[in-house]
Amino acid sequence: MIINHPLLGQRDSAEFVYMGDAALIDRPDPASDAAAQEFYEYAYLRDNPAGDLRELWFHEGGDRSWLVVTRNTVTHEITKVELARDVARSRGRSK
Amino acid sequence: MRYSGFKVIKEALTGHKGWRPAWREPKPKPHYDIVIIGGGGHGLATAHYLAKVYGQKNIAVLEKGWIGGGNVGRNTTIIRSNYLLDGNEPFYEFSLKLWEGLEQDINYNAMVSQRGIMNLIHSDAQRDAFVRRGNAMILNGADAELLSAEQIRVEYPFLKFDDVRFPIKGGLAQRRGGTVRHDAVAWGYARAADSRGVDIIQNCEVLGFRIEDGKCLGVETSQGFIGAKKVGCAVAGNSGRLMSKANMRLPIESHVLQAFVSEGLKPLIPGVITFGAGHFYVSQSDKGGLVFGGDLDGYNSYAQRGNLPVVEDVCEGGMAIMPMIGRARLLRMWGGIMDMSMDGSPIIDRTHIDGLYFNGGWCYGGFKATPASGYCFAHLLAKDAPHPVATAYRFDRFRTGNMIDEKGMGNQPNLH
Repeated sequence: MIINHPLLGQRDSAEFVYMGDAALIDRPDPASDAAAQEFYEYAYLRDNPAGDLRELWFHEGGDRSWLVVTRNTVTHEITKVELARDVARSRGRSK
Repeated sequence: MRYSGFKVIKEALTGHKGWRPAWREPKPKPHYDIVIIGGGGHGLATAHYLAKVYGQKNIAVLEKGWIGGGNVGRNTTIIRSNYLLDGNEPFYEFSLKLWEGLEQDINYNAMVSQRGIMNLIHSDAQRDAFVRRGNAMILNGADAELLSAEQIRVEYPFLKFDDVRFPIKGGLAQRRGGTVRHDAVAWGYARAADSRGVDIIQNCEVLGFRIEDGKCLGVETSQGFIGAKKVGCAVAGNSGRLMSKANMRLPIESHVLQAFVSEGLKPLIPGVITFGAGHFYVSQSDKGGLVFGGDLDGYNSYAQRGNLPVVEDVCEGGMAIMPMIGRARLLRMWGGIMDMSMDGSPIIDRTHIDGLYFNGGWCYGGFKATPASGYCFAHLLAKDAPHPVATAYRFDRFRTGNMIDEKGMGNQPNLH
């Protein structure tokens, strides 16, 4: 698979490490009353869809940036690549 | 019809006119006591043991395609019980014992071949780990044998013992491990279950569950609604997709695992060999092809095909332990979809929905587990309590911290 890196252009997916569902960006609040349940769900439960999935790829063999790649799990087609930093900021994270 | 040597001779002398289809093709009834979703090895084994051991009647197995068309027909056919942890080893040893009596039990030649499995050791630390594992196996009633490099050289003279990076220092052998003709497992269980009245309904895709007041009343299928007192799901690979129809999120990701077969060669590899420094395992089929595989591709997939980096990695592993494999040409390669769970171990448990039961998360150990998985799932469905060797395979182990993590990798499914 070729991942179209927003900064570096087309890169071989073998340069990357895969971290799964990009929902991991939304870490629960450890101070919340429901933190135990929320962290259980965060750490262990997955949507695992057959179709488009937004997922985290780490460019370990490159510029070491984290990407959010939208990829179809049935066809392996990649339709969108974003910097995870931008996605996290747009979701209200400070960094 | 019972298969036997006498029957084969009789049919040979009478023009083979007496053979009948191995199972019926029934229309679905409106209601069953137990409906099993998934006509693969695990689902068919479940139906067989439900009917034979637990005396259940009025059972159906629903399969969206044809039986045995999923992972039971796409694996590398290895059976073994060389696990370390208490939650796993008794289960897999139970499975190996069932394999040993399988053909008599289901009156079907599944070509169970206990040709032995050999895990190679390449470092002192690995020997320590394998000694520990071997002791855990023996404590659980399995067999294990620690071999020196000299002993392995007698059986496998062609291995690259003096490799600079990965010298072979010894091995852990399980002589009772081996291989089984995988399709025959599905067909044999199907025939045995059918002979006890189980309805095997092919081309019947489950489209949803009918759930009212927290109770599962049946399944909506491509052949209409089928009611059931109990519904058991055994669709590993597609568990996430199926259980999402019951609004369940699972501790599972679906990943693709590739496997390979070379051209047919003369008898070469007597047993199963695994490379301990990378990830590569190989055996030789009775037709002569070298059957081998390695790691997952590593990303979520439902595609049943993988990519080239893993092909390269697997072939490098092969070249590292048996360089002569480089002379063999690859004949076939394919991908299968694995339920990769968060700790690398399976789940056989009730769900929070009354009457809905789950069997899945087999990672890439599902084939060897087929008989015990079916037996334990049948036990759960019939008695509403886990079988004694499957008590650890609970949904809530992730919540309570009782993970069964053989490799100690944590909640990263692509590393198990």
